[in-house]
Amino acid sequence: MDPLLLARWQFGITTVYHFIFVPLTLGLSVLVAIMQTFYYKTGDETYKKMTLFWGKLFVILFTLGVVTGIVQEFQFGMNWSGYSRFVGDIFGIPLAIEALTAFFIESTFIGLWLFGWNKLSKGLHLLCIWLVAFASNLSAIWILIANAWMQVPVGYVLRNDRAELADFVAIMLNERALAQIPHTIIAGFVTGGLFVLGISAWNLLHKHRSDMFLKSARIALVLTAVASLAAATTGHTQAQDTVKLQPMKLAAMEGLWETEAPASMSLFAIHDRENMTSRREFGIPYLLSILAHNNLTEEVVGMRDLQAEYEEKYGPGDYIPPVTVVYWSFRLMVGLGMLFIFLSIWGLVNWWRNRLDNNRLFLKVCLFMLFMPFLANTAGWTVAEMGRQPWVVYGLLKTKDGVSPIVGSGAIWISMTTFTLLYGALAALGFYLVHRFARPAKPGDRAADEPTDDSSGAHAY
Amino acid sequence: MDLNTTWFILIAILFIGYFFLEGFDFGVGILLPFVSKDDTDRRVVINTIGPFWDGNEVWLITAGGAMFAAFPHWYATLFSGFYLPLLLILVALILRAVGFEFRSKLQAAGWRRMSDHFIFFGSLIPAILWGVAFANIVRGVPIGEDMYYAGGFFNLLNPYALLGGAVSLLIFTLHGAVFLSLRTGGDVQARAHAVAKRIWMPGIVITLGFATSGYFVTDVHEQVGIIPGTLPLLAACGYIAIAVFLRMKLDGWAFAATSFTIVCGAAVLFQGLFPRVMVSSLNPDWHLTIYNASSSPLTLKVMLFVALFFVPIVLGYQAWSYYVFRKRLTRDAIPEH
Repeated sequence: MDPLLLARWQFGITTVYHFIFVPLTLGLSVLVAIMQTFYYKTGDETYKKMTLFWGKLFVILFTLGVVTGIVQEFQFGMNWSGYSRFVGDIFGIPLAIEALTAFFIESTFIGLWLFGWNKLSKGLHLLCIWLVAFASNLSAIWILIANAWMQVPVGYVLRNDRAELADFVAIMLNERALAQIPHTIIAGFVTGGLFVLGISAWNLLHKHRSDMFLKSARIALVLTAVASLAAATTGHTQAQDTVKLQPMKLAAMEGLWETEAPASMSLFAIHDRENMTSRREFGIPYLLSILAHNNLTEEVVGMRDLQAEYEEKYGPGDYIPPVTVVYWSFRLMVGLGMLFIFLSIWGLVNWWRNRLDNNRLFLKVCLFMLFMPFLANTAGWTVAEMGRQPWVVYGLLKTKDGVSPIVGSGAIWISMTTFTLLYGALAALGFYLVHRFARPAKPGDRAADEPTDDSSGAHAY
Repeated sequence: MDLNTTWFILIAILFIGYFFLEGFDFGVGILLPFVSKDDTDRRVVINTIGPFWDGNEVWLITAGGAMFAAFPHWYATLFSGFYLPLLLILVALILRAVGFEFRSKLQAAGWRRMSDHFIFFGSLIPAILWGVAFANIVRGVPIGEDMYYAGGFFNLLNPYALLGGAVSLLIFTLHGAVFLSLRTGGDVQARAHAVAKRIWMPGIVITLGFATSGYFVTDVHEQVGIIPGTLPLLAACGYIAIAVFLRMKLDGWAFAATSFTIVCGAAVLFQGLFPRVMVSSLNPDWHLTIYNASSSPLTLKVMLFVALFFVPIVLGYQAWSYYVFRKRLTRDAIPEH
C-alpha cells in the first residue's frame, strides 16, 4: 500500500481518537472548577462530592487525552518530515509555546490538585483546578493557531525552500484562528456539558443520589444551553470566513459545482466527482447566499470555476477535496448542533416547570445525547481537514509532498497497527472505567454506592 | 554567543532536565518489582512520583516542540530516521501513564499486576532507548546529502549504542533508587537504599567502558580534547560523591549527587555534539549543524524571548510542587483500597 495513504490514515486515526478526549476535557475541566468554586463559596458538602465525582471521571479522560497527545508531538517528524522541514520555522512556534505555557501548567497543577486536597489551603487548591482548566483551553488556542496557519497561511515568506516567519503577530492574529478558536472551544463546552447532563440524567432516572445529580444537571444545562447557541453563531462566523478564505472548502461543504447567485442550500445530495456534478435535493432557495454573505442574492462560487482558477494559479492538478465526505460531515455537525440547542431549550423548560429530575423521556434522551457531541466534533474536524485537501498547507504544500520520503509502508503499517490496537484497548478500558464510576448504584452494589472511594479527598495511586 | 548556539544550549537544557527529572521516575518504575513486598509497598513506591511524573514528561514534549521550532531539520531527520525506537518509546510512555493513573482505579489483583508490568516495562524500555538514541546521535549515523537517515533499524543497534543504553538504564535506576530512599520510609526505604549501593559499582564500570569506547568510536575527543576537561571530571566527582553520601545515609545529598552526575554527564554528550546536532557517518559535509538545521533568525529570536520569559516561571511552580509533596511517604499514608 502507498505510504502516503497509510501515513494519512495513521494521522487521521490517531488525531480523531485524540480529539475524542480533548474537547471533553476542555468543558469538563471548567465544570469541575465551577463545582469546586461553589464548594469554596458555600461550604456545602454536596458540591465537594460533585467535585470529587466529576473530578474522578475528568482524570480518567484527561489521562487518555495526555497519552494520545504524546504521539501527536512526534508524529509530524516521524511520518511527515517533509512537512516538518517546510513548516517548522512557523508551525513549530505555537507547538513549542503550547508545551511551554499550557502543558507544564496542566501537568503540574493536575498533580497538585489530585494529591493536594489535604496539603494546600482551600483557596490555593481551588486555584489549581482553575489553572488546569485554563491551561487546557490555552493549549487548544495554541494548537488551533498552528492549524489555522495550515488552513490560511499568513505572516510568512518563501525562502530556502520553506515557509519562513515574517510576521509573528500576523500568525497569532490569523483571521482563520480567530474564527476557529471560539467555535472549537465552545464545542468543547457543549461536549463537557452534555457529558455531565447525560450521566446526571442516568443517575436521576434511577433516583440515585438525586440531590447531587440534580445540581450537576442544572450547572451542565446552563453551560450547554449557552454554549450550544454560541457554537451555532461562531460556526456561522467561521463558515462566512471560509467563503472568503477557503472558497473551495465551502463549495465542497455544499456540493456546489456551478457558481450560483442567489445560491440555494441543499439538505440532501448525491455527488458525482468524476463528472463534476451533484444531484442536490430539497434545495432551500437563497439560504446559502444568506449563510455565506448575510445577503439574499450574492453569488457563491462553485467548484468548477474554482478548479479552473486554481489550475491557472498552481498548475494542472485536482484541487477538489473529497466532496461526499465533506458535504455529509458538515450536515452531520450542523444537524447535531441544532439538536443540542433543542435539547437545551427542552431542558430549561423542564427546569422551569420543576420537572428536570422526573421527566423520564427527557432524561433518557439526555443519556443518549451524551454520545452525540463526539460525533459532531469528529464531523467538524473532518470538514476542516478533509476540506483542505489536496493541500496540507493551503496553496503552499500538497499533502503528498509532506510525507516522510524514507519511511516505507512497512514501518507505517507497524506503527499504524500498533496505535490502532493500543488505542482500541485504551478506548475499551476508558469506557469501562467511566461506565463503572458513573453508573447509578444497583441495590446492594456497594462498590458503586460508595460516593467515591476517597470522600476525604485524599487521592493516591 | 549567537542565536543558534543559544538555542542549542536551550534544547540541551530541556533534554538534560528531562533526563534529570524523568530519570528518577523511570528508575522508580524499574525498581517497582524489586523494592516492594506487597500491594501497599507498591503503592508507596508509585505514589512517590504520583504528583510529578506527568510534569516531568512535559520536559520531553517541550524539548520536542522546541526542536521542531528551532531546528526543524533536526526534528525531521531524527524522528523519521529513528522511527521504530521512537515508536517503542511512545508506546512505553503510553502504557506507563495508563499504569500509573488507572492502577488503583480497580481492585482486581490481576489488573494491578498488569499495571505493574506496564509501569515496569514502560519505564525500562525508554530508560534504555534514550541511551541508545543519544549514543547513536553522538557516534554518527548514516545521513545522506538530503539530510535524511539512510540506515535501517539495525544500524542503531551497534555495540557502542547498546552500551549507551546500559549506561542510561543503570544511571536512571540508581537515580530512582536514591530518590526512593529520599522519599519513603521503613522497609521500602531500606530496600531502595540497598539497591542503590549495589548498583553503584556496575554503574561506574559500564559508564567507564562507555566513556573509554567513546575515544575509539566517536570523535568526542577531537571535539573536547584528550583530557576531556571540566564537565566529565565533575560528573566523575558527582558519581564518587553518590557512594560517599549513600554510605553516610545522607539521602538528600545522595540525590543531589545523582542529579548532578546526570546533568554533567548528559551535558558532556551535548558538548561532544556541538556545533553539530546530528553526526553523519557518511560524509562530514552532511552533518546537521546548528546552522544548516536551524530555523530563520527571526523565529529563533521570537522563541528566545518566549523561552526566557516562561522557563523561569515553569521552574518556579514545578519546584514549588516538589516542595508541597516533600514529606516522606510510608505505608500508613496509603488509603485502604
